[in-house]
Amino acid sequence: MTDLQEYGRRARAWLEANTRDLPPEPDLAAARAFMARLYDAGYSGITWPAAYGGQGLSAAEERAFQQAARDFTLPIGVFGIGLGMCGPTILSLGTEEQKKRYLPPLLRGEEIWCQLFSEPGAGSDVASLQTRAVRDGDGWVVNGQKVWTSVARQADFGLLIARTDPDATKHRGITMFVVDMHDPGVTVRPLRDMTGEAHFNEVYFDDVRVPADRVVGEVNGGWQAAVTTLLHERVSIGMGAARTERPASFNVMSAAARERGLLGDPAVRDRLVDLYVRERAFDLFNARLSQEVKAGIDPGARGSVAKLLLAELTLSSADSAGEILGPETVAYAGHDEGRIARALSWAPGMALGGGTNEIMRNIIGDRVLGLPREPQVDRDVPFRELKVGTQAKEAGR
Amino acid sequence: MRLIPSEEQRELAASVRAFLADTAPMARVREVAESDEPYDRDVWRRMTGELGLAGLAVPEAYGGAGAGHAEVAVVMEELGAALTPAPYLASAVLAANVLLAAGDEQAAKDLLPDIASGRTVAAFAVPQPGGPLPTWDGKGLTGTLPRVLDGAAADLIIVPARADGATALFAVEGGERTPLTTLDLTRPQARVELDGTPGRRIAAADADAAIGRALDLAAVALAAEQLGGMRRCLDTIVEYAKLRVQFGRYVGSFQGVKHRLADMHCTLEQAESIVRYAAWAADDAPEELPVAAALAQTFVGPAYFRVAKDHLLLHGGIGFTWEHDAHLYYKRAKTDELLLGAPREHRSRLAERLGLLP
Repeated sequence: MTDLQEYGRRARAWLEANTRDLPPEPDLAAARAFMARLYDAGYSGITWPAAYGGQGLSAAEERAFQQAARDFTLPIGVFGIGLGMCGPTILSLGTEEQKKRYLPPLLRGEEIWCQLFSEPGAGSDVASLQTRAVRDGDGWVVNGQKVWTSVARQADFGLLIARTDPDATKHRGITMFVVDMHDPGVTVRPLRDMTGEAHFNEVYFDDVRVPADRVVGEVNGGWQAAVTTLLHERVSIGMGAARTERPASFNVMSAAARERGLLGDPAVRDRLVDLYVRERAFDLFNARLSQEVKAGIDPGARGSVAKLLLAELTLSSADSAGEILGPETVAYAGHDEGRIARALSWAPGMALGGGTNEIMRNIIGDRVLGLPREPQVDRDVPFRELKVGTQAKEAGR
Repeated sequence: MRLIPSEEQRELAASVRAFLADTAPMARVREVAESDEPYDRDVWRRMTGELGLAGLAVPEAYGGAGAGHAEVAVVMEELGAALTPAPYLASAVLAANVLLAAGDEQAAKDLLPDIASGRTVAAFAVPQPGGPLPTWDGKGLTGTLPRVLDGAAADLIIVPARADGATALFAVEGGERTPLTTLDLTRPQARVELDGTPGRRIAAADADAAIGRALDLAAVALAAEQLGGMRRCLDTIVEYAKLRVQFGRYVGSFQGVKHRLADMHCTLEQAESIVRYAAWAADDAPEELPVAAALAQTFVGPAYFRVAKDHLLLHGGIGFTWEHDAHLYYKRAKTDELLLGAPREHRSRLAERLGLLP
């Protein structure tokens, strides 16, 4: 057995031993406790440098662990944004003091992070954000509103991008900050989405003071950092999906059709075949992409292909499920019977979050196929003069 | 499961690509297509002789190279990209595989070496679903083979027929061959009339199973050809979208064009993944081949036509001209999509193989 196989085997054994006694629906305290155990066992921050609490190992060990973890449900979702996006950004752009201060508690599960990018007026066009950070003495004062913020209610810190120079062009006047989510000027409001639940939040900033040492990277250099963070997000949404549960999968739906005696209908069989083919096409693409990554082939922006295909699969599967099951899809008694209805309500979120399908197609066109970009009329204009967000209304007056 | 080509497979692809670019560029393809020649004999002689491509997946005992179906898929991908008029699918894939699957040791020894070397061009009379098979009366075969791929040029046609109340296989040299008018000029088909025509009976323990296996392997090889054509179409139209200017902009910068190209790329990524999977299954997971083969034709066939059609349309008016190559791919894509049965047949086969029966 190679060292790597041995590493994977030990990880699996650890996971087996340590997920057994987890409560069925772990609360925040249980999640923190599990994260601390994961850290103590050396499976948190596997590739991060030891100086910041990591293990200093290679991507191969990380993959071996992820592969083993695929078969377990780990209650660490609340740390996902911190571990997958905020942490890596600070690791590459933060000061020595920032790395020492923020990374170890993140890895130990002591501090939770959220990401504060989108705004009501800055969705696909995040760079047109209006939240302002104004210099005040040797610090900054932040005012504005963010939206679609996951785990904001639980978060201790947020990675914020805000406008610091409205006279510069829109990409050039943005700065990234670490903000304290416990500051009295920060208000978090749950955002009830179309599923009826609040998976996201709105976050309001009202004269929130941020010390100068919380700037991440260069002042007015926050856009490039944000772009890197978003690329991480797309790859993880698209590729991570292979192991998430699919309420309208081929297996689930063909069993349901058999139970209801619907397989005699060739139209039902054809719809099931369609579902199977779409699912296999997506899964095999994902499997191929990860084999390429393992073989050292840079996936570039092809994570966007995975994200777009997953969004389309999610929408079309939920649609097929309705076609196969008929009216029982939308009127039911009991929680389990509502799986497809919930999938229908979830599906648009997959096509909107982390970049809409149209934005994914732009990225595939520009960065994968190398097509000429669209002329950008707002690229060389000072932000102050642009019609964006509430400025658009002011300009129209 | 292996979904990315090996170093050797990449080298094979590169050498076939270079060979075809050199010996069978599009001007030559058109010349053969518009002539009475059924295929490019020069290219066939060199690709089977110098490169040994026709015997790739034939065992060494029968004069082949003993490589895998994945290697055949690599060759098919390049032939599909170049639209090479050669009887590779008919002879090296369909006929060779049905002979191998039949398991008649003597027939394999007698017939396969010449097929593997390219000296014999063989064809296979794919049975029409629901259509009658020719009948064997002990001396000769009688019946009509309505559409045989490369049937006019073939030295030998492997014919499924009814004999003694069961399906049997025969190797036939004769028959009255009438070339058909084909939408795709680069891939000829012929009607073959058998009227007491003599044939050599191939001893097959289970002729239906041998036919089924050969058709599954052909479905995978054809999907590889479709993938190659699809990739060439996408590359071509992406290049054009970077050069063509209308309304003062490169047309590829318009979202109406860009988004269509992005969708075509997504289709290609999925098709490639399915083809690699199916080719891997053909060699390494035979129990998965029946589903993989039906999956490949169900997805890749219509996908190639969609990409070839959009590639033609996105060229604008020039794509509708005879001089432009777009119509050659469009016609190949439609022909390929229907060659082994319409997509609905592959879908219903897939349903059956997935156990979706009442």
